[in-house]
Amino acid sequence: MNELAITVIGRDRPGIVADVAEVLARLGANLTDSTMTRLRGHFAMTLICVGPTAAEVEAALAPLCADGQLLATVRAVTPDGETTPAGEPYVMAVHGADRMGIVAAMTRVLTEAGGNVTDLSTRLAGALYVVVAEVDLPSGTADALAGRLAETAADLGVGVTLRPADPDLL
Amino acid sequence: MTGEERDPEAYAGLGGWTPAALRLPGEVRPVVSAPDAVLSRAGGAVDPTADETVRLAADLVATMRVSPGCVGLAAPQIGVGAQVFAVDVTGHPKSVTVHGTFVLCNARVVEASRWKAGREGCMSVPDLTGDVKRASRLVVEGALPGSGAVVRLVTDGFEARALQHEIDHCAGLLFLDRVAGAHAVYQRKVYL
Repeated sequence: MNELAITVIGRDRPGIVADVAEVLARLGANLTDSTMTRLRGHFAMTLICVGPTAAEVEAALAPLCADGQLLATVRAVTPDGETTPAGEPYVMAVHGADRMGIVAAMTRVLTEAGGNVTDLSTRLAGALYVVVAEVDLPSGTADALAGRLAETAADLGVGVTLRPADPDLL
Repeated sequence: MTGEERDPEAYAGLGGWTPAALRLPGEVRPVVSAPDAVLSRAGGAVDPTADETVRLAADLVATMRVSPGCVGLAAPQIGVGAQVFAVDVTGHPKSVTVHGTFVLCNARVVEASRWKAGREGCMSVPDLTGDVKRASRLVVEGALPGSGAVVRLVTDGFEARALQHEIDHCAGLLFLDRVAGAHAVYQRKVYL
């Protein structure tokens, strides 16, 4: 069974999800994990699906991209890429005046501490830049990491908080 | 706090306090927005009986009252790094217990339980909202501006959420610091 990583991005309009999903369904491609969201007027889809070959999906998506408004990429990936979560889940929130390099500097600190970012989103709202990252940290490292994050944030003139993620299990 | 045991009944509730006790109309002040640094700094403790604290309290009430949909306003939001805030959730559909309009100085959470997620916005973060878990049962202690009397408020629901949001402001925290995860911040769709 082929496993494919597909991205589709383009100026937002009604029907992008329906159009892409229909193409995939017709090919018998089973959509597994995906995120699809609007980013500053662009619609971005990142998805994993299983079934047809990369070439088949590329060919089938080509007509949708023909007018140059949508860009699609298809790539075969190794199945079972799922890794079991290692460490403790935390949420890092950063906010402050927008400037170059906030995500780069803050995620570098996470990486150097052995952290693995599992989800991250950013928002620019006027002059305010917000980063929220979910990160798995090696056990027992959070306190020291919080200090290093605070130092880096101070250099960038932004604020940061690091809190345990709420598992919210019922 | 001195740690001295007091009978909680002796100072439960606001004791009839209303903003009229400030004896000042208050001035409407401009509300500052993130990323203004004053919003990320912990506010200082105040003398609740000082004239400037009473003026600040009156300004917070006046500014809150002219701001549509505003259920609480903290001193850092009008550019003052101090532990003072006003709250009024009267008439809000999500409120249960309601203490009317009040101002607290140097407030702190004494007990918090029954944590629930909910969507929050903030006048100082006008374009975003976020999902934040807050205690829905809350006991808060703080001093009333003017008399300086220490009161203990037992509340719940939306008023509890508003109090925690304002106490956070006084500690230099925004709701953005407490959002549940990477997909818990939203572009605001409705402006009041």
